[in-house]
Amino acid sequence: MHFKQAVSTLLLSAICLSSAQADVKVGVITSSTGPLALVGLPQKNSTPLLPTQAGDQKVTYIPLDDGSDPTATVKALKKLISEENVDAIIGPSGSPNAMGVIQFVAEAGVPLLAPVGTAAVVLPMNEQKKWVFKTTQNDDLIAKALVGDMTARGVKTLGFIGTADPYGENWSKVIGAMAAEHGIKLVANERFQRQDTSVTGQSLKVLSVRPDAVLVAAPGSAAVLPQTTLFDQGYRGQMYQTHGAALPDFLKLGGKKVEGTILAASLMLVLDQMPDSHPSKQLAGEYVAAYEKLNGSKPATFGANTFDAGLLLQKAIPLAAAKAAPGTPEFRAALRDALEASHEVPATQGVYNMTPDDHSGFDERGRELIQVKNGTWTLLGSN
Amino acid sequence: MNLQIALLLGQDGITNGAIYALLALSLLLVFTVTRILLIPQGEFVTYGALTMASLQAGQPTALVWLLLGLTLADCAMDLYDATRSSRGFRFQKRIVPKLAYALLLLGLLRSLPLAELPMAVQALLTLALVVPLGPQLYRLVFQPLASASSLVLLIVSIAVHVAMVGIGLLMFGPEGARTAPFSEAGLTLGPVTFNAQTLWVIAVSLALIVGLFLFFERSLYGKALRATAVNRLGARLMGISPTLAGKATFALATFIGALSGILIAPITTLYFDSGFVISLKGFVGAIIGGLVSYPVAALGALGVGLIEAFSMFWASTYKEIIVFTLIIPFLLWRSLTSRHVEDDE
Repeated sequence: MHFKQAVSTLLLSAICLSSAQADVKVGVITSSTGPLALVGLPQKNSTPLLPTQAGDQKVTYIPLDDGSDPTATVKALKKLISEENVDAIIGPSGSPNAMGVIQFVAEAGVPLLAPVGTAAVVLPMNEQKKWVFKTTQNDDLIAKALVGDMTARGVKTLGFIGTADPYGENWSKVIGAMAAEHGIKLVANERFQRQDTSVTGQSLKVLSVRPDAVLVAAPGSAAVLPQTTLFDQGYRGQMYQTHGAALPDFLKLGGKKVEGTILAASLMLVLDQMPDSHPSKQLAGEYVAAYEKLNGSKPATFGANTFDAGLLLQKAIPLAAAKAAPGTPEFRAALRDALEASHEVPATQGVYNMTPDDHSGFDERGRELIQVKNGTWTLLGSN
Repeated sequence: MNLQIALLLGQDGITNGAIYALLALSLLLVFTVTRILLIPQGEFVTYGALTMASLQAGQPTALVWLLLGLTLADCAMDLYDATRSSRGFRFQKRIVPKLAYALLLLGLLRSLPLAELPMAVQALLTLALVVPLGPQLYRLVFQPLASASSLVLLIVSIAVHVAMVGIGLLMFGPEGARTAPFSEAGLTLGPVTFNAQTLWVIAVSLALIVGLFLFFERSLYGKALRATAVNRLGARLMGISPTLAGKATFALATFIGALSGILIAPITTLYFDSGFVISLKGFVGAIIGGLVSYPVAALGALGVGLIEAFSMFWASTYKEIIVFTLIIPFLLWRSLTSRHVEDDE
């Protein structure tokens, strides 16, 4: 009896193992250590929540950490492609890390779903970037909402403080061009480092030209310091923030000094105020609840970007599996085509509509105008 | 730029400069006594600030586990050394108070209503948690290779820095933190209001510098440390223990670092990895002092703070470059004026 049991168990596990080889394998590269940990940790913590079933296919995820180092990203990517033979890759966390691997994913023909900020990973579209998809809002989509609000409030002059990295640089470019179109003058354009202990100089410079409004563009809790410094120096104009500030710590660190700030970000911050008809409301609610249960804290939107990549794959894998078996180059090419044809895919951050030219795929449903009122996020359109 | 802006920038520069000066002094102290360039000095700053922040948030900080772990490793080393002693095994009595100290802190953190404590008690608790890390690190990492070359010590120091940044991420998480200010009041002088926290930073820095001066000039331990700095071998022949000197300087450096962290945490947001850049600026100050002169190092660090403040205003994009380029003319001047001596004894 025992012998029979043992044999059947062995046989069963052998079957499971052989079928496991036909599973879809997805590599996940995050920067859960090093300076990008702020972005990478919520992404790593979201990996266990990614959908493990796509149509008839089982999906397994292989998480790797690149320590925020672009060289390590390339190494991790090559390992995933050559040793694990993955069908797709989600990651990395940082823009420079993603820029550095585009040519390698294109060479290997593996679709990459990058949860990074910079639009440069998918724009301008070319032979290599057609393998890359971006699961975050492009800066200009967010900027359009902010500039729209500024015009409505009659803002004529705008001060800008951004980080001295690609995030701040790109925002300065985007907002400068867009503001000029709408007759808003950019009167100050300052930079600071995330680790700076003081931004007195920059905020004094902004203060000395007395702009109607100030926009701070910084990822994560770095967005707080310029704004509190301006507040302390007596600036009371309208403050704007980018989607980089859309995380719980912004409210915690800023306190009363960030009251009234306007930012445009995904609906995740104001879920309970969203109408039930919004296609993302339920998905985002489920994600936030599952994340809280697993990690004991509210997720930053960075984690949701990784989760959305999983949802996109979940939709695309059955389509690709109808054409070829997982693990083959044909499957990966079919997966890429299926991702590019993503049409009206609801996810936690908005609704994706990919085209051969647009590998980010967000429209206005991917961002909401939000204001800080009484220490919480408040949907701006609703009242 | 008008007078008011200049004064505000000056105030900012002096505040940061005072912190850099403290760090420059402790870097200099550790280097002269032990020949170690204390790269992890900045981590003590962030550990101090972030521990204070988590105490104020009412969370028992994970730092106490690090302290307990290091204490256990420290005791294990003591016992191991005792077994290898030529005079036979003798139980090290100092193990008992060491362990008791770590367990006492663990108990305090678990039982006290951390968020409601007065700020001074929170600060003391933070210091009690962070300061022992310094001597323990010396005991575990540097003491076994105290006689190695400066280069080896530097490499190990960098390794400790990298490890401590990683542990910091583990203990405090990736988000930044800041603490409540010591007091809300400000002092109005002419057109400028001086932030109360700025006055605290300057006052405490001055008190600490005077205290250090008195310690080194008046007390026996201070004189012993100075003697070790001047001539290690000679000091040893006079019966000054190099181990004790090493631990004492590390304790002092950690104390200064953690205190700096507590001082600046209300002004700025600190992250688990902010320490390096802060201590690097202190290091620029120490270099200006040629790694020998305390007053010049302190003045240099103050200069770094001021130049940083004004370059923030004039050319924010190039601020970091301007600050770190400062080091070049001083290195040139040093290498032209000082006689080159072959390394190490």
